[in-house]
Amino acid sequence: MKRVMGIINLYENEELIQEITEHRPLAAVPFAGRYRLIDFTLSSMVNSGIQNVGILLRSKSRSLMDHLRSGKEWDLARKRDGLFILPPAQASSGAVKGNGDIENFYHNLDYIESSRQKYVLISNSHTVCNMNFRKAFQFHENTGADITIVYKEQEKDSEDFTGSTVLATTDDGRVIDLAVNPAKVNGGKISMDMYLMRKELLVDIINGCYARGGVDLLKDGLIKNIDSLKIYGYQHKGFVARINSIASYYRHNMELLKPEKWQELFMKSGLIYTKVKDEAPAKYKENAKISNAMVANGCIIEGEVENSVLFRGVKVNKGACIRNSIIMQKCEIAENAIIENVICDKDVIITNGKWLKGDQRYPLVIEKGTVI
Amino acid sequence: MRKTECLAMILAGGQGSRLGSLTKKIAKPAVPFGGKYRIIDFPLSNCHNSGIDTVGILTQYQPLALHSYIGAGGAWDLDRKDGGVYVLPPYAREKGAEWYKGTADAIYQNINFIEMINPSYVLVLSGDHIYTMDYSIMLEYHKAKKAEATIGVIEVPWAEAPRFGIMNTAENGRVTAFQEKPSQPISNLASMGIYIFNWKFLKRSLEEDAKDINSSHDFGKNVIPKMLAGGHRLFSYHFDGYWKDVGTVESFWEANMDLLCDEPDLDLHNPSWRVYSVNPTRPPHYIAAEASVTRSLISEGAAVYGDVDHSVIFPGAQIGAGAKIRNSVIMPYANIGENVEINRAIVCRRCVIEEGAVIGDESSEITVIPEGDVVPRDAQVGAGGIIIQKQVG
Repeated sequence: MKRVMGIINLYENEELIQEITEHRPLAAVPFAGRYRLIDFTLSSMVNSGIQNVGILLRSKSRSLMDHLRSGKEWDLARKRDGLFILPPAQASSGAVKGNGDIENFYHNLDYIESSRQKYVLISNSHTVCNMNFRKAFQFHENTGADITIVYKEQEKDSEDFTGSTVLATTDDGRVIDLAVNPAKVNGGKISMDMYLMRKELLVDIINGCYARGGVDLLKDGLIKNIDSLKIYGYQHKGFVARINSIASYYRHNMELLKPEKWQELFMKSGLIYTKVKDEAPAKYKENAKISNAMVANGCIIEGEVENSVLFRGVKVNKGACIRNSIIMQKCEIAENAIIENVICDKDVIITNGKWLKGDQRYPLVIEKGTVI
Repeated sequence: MRKTECLAMILAGGQGSRLGSLTKKIAKPAVPFGGKYRIIDFPLSNCHNSGIDTVGILTQYQPLALHSYIGAGGAWDLDRKDGGVYVLPPYAREKGAEWYKGTADAIYQNINFIEMINPSYVLVLSGDHIYTMDYSIMLEYHKAKKAEATIGVIEVPWAEAPRFGIMNTAENGRVTAFQEKPSQPISNLASMGIYIFNWKFLKRSLEEDAKDINSSHDFGKNVIPKMLAGGHRLFSYHFDGYWKDVGTVESFWEANMDLLCDEPDLDLHNPSWRVYSVNPTRPPHYIAAEASVTRSLISEGAAVYGDVDHSVIFPGAQIGAGAKIRNSVIMPYANIGENVEINRAIVCRRCVIEEGAVIGDESSEITVIPEGDVVPRDAQVGAGGIIIQKQVG
């Protein structure tokens, strides 16, 4: 895998998840009690032996930069290779104005071209999984494909498939059709938006797109060239969570309360690294009542917690009750407050005795720093 | 290179033989404590929080786990260009190799190292005490008193005084008498094993002590009494926070239990005085629907399916369904099977307690299950870790 470099493309659709991406890119959205979305792809790359990773930024990057710092937590603070931050160009000089990822790629071609690796794996932050890319790379080499797309075979109604890309393949895995967000998509071979190819090919595609006014790597680079390129689909069989809306964010956090999913995502093919905060272990007091919950360090629990995910440093005071909710870092739920089906963003304070209730399918989202 | 004002030297070489099987494979400072820490995290974090960025760690007994834990010191922000952490095991010289023969000898053998750093003051610490303390205040005190040596002291119960070095002081804090582990203590002001010395003064004293063939080269037994006898300016610095010498299994267990009351004297959740440690890279812990947890500390990566009350659970520990854990310390990656009952016990790293086993009881002394041990199904383990009865299942 020393021959493969990684690029995490943060040009992602945030339309349906605006409530929690107002202050941060999707990549920096807190997930699963102590992580940010980007941790999963980044850790998977590192665990697969990739040592050179570029992060293609889009905007609102402060919280993400604060999270990544030198890349040390992912063992990417290296003398050669390691972590590279690829910011968007300040002013676009070409013909195309920023409405696609091609321009971002184009402005960072220098980094891509000067990297020593022969292959490139392009991924994203919104696909949460713990994956061994070695197998995908082996598949790529065995099939002799120009491009390998990682996909997941998904059952009908198992997800909200809005915005996803659907693959059609022959029996041996060759991709014969790719459609972005087609009408009435429901299950099937859903792309995980991860692509493996030779670096030279990526450079050619970017230059080709840019010169012809193409803006989007997938639509203009891959789909338009589907006949001339040998594209194969590699099926990933493990756990995948696509975070593209508040509903999917809520559902996939909750899904991790099943021990087998928890085990698979966090342990199976390698550990998931994240920025360390040095919080003390969670403390449970005399009257704590807790069932089916995921709790990060630094929490102090005196009240009742059920079917919920608590991020680090959350305080649940006496008589407070949290059900089916996601409570992000450093929130405080005061005495006798009751919240149900709620997503509290960071630093929210729910004062004494308040009752808040959302719906399981439409959880109530409370904005960062709100005092209720 | 900028000048280092105060260099900390942490004595971390002791075997800790009174901790029994807790220190069979690792040095005492590397023993896990408080749900995610190791004992040495406390002095190291104190150094970081007190603004001391150059630290020597003197190791000797079973240093492997300790060395790999300390690494380059990054966990305590001590991986620095200038200064940072230096691990100092005994080494061979032209005339042969010598072990550290005592606390003072350990420092004496590293005079070259200290000369290289060339500090004005040397802060000598133990690697086996649990407390949070701002050494910079003690250093200010040392300077204000124009002391040559300052000794951190704490009031202990009179009954326990014979275990410690006991000090008598004048009203201005000047030490007038010092007794090491006296049977008839003159006061209940005990030395905490925390010393600040003017480096030039310490160097002279250590060189003199090294020449003394009758000396056991110990700070408390030899060096401090000699300083006092020489009429030097020794002062005591009074500390009134939480401090615990975790030298015995009983006190180690107690110190863990001390963390579990509603408002513990040692507040690990204090955001302005964090205790740092090496992160185990584990997800948040999981509490199952049928589990219950009260009066406990639980760390990342643990999975609890049973009942936990008044206990400390480390990263990666698994507590099976129907298990009952009370008044106990469950160290990292221990695997507790279904319906196991544990009371007043310390279960060390990577132990496997199989289904239905019963460990410890209310009346007995603390039971310790040593690192990596397997307790078979339905076995009963009493105090001292002896298997009382084993059913072949």
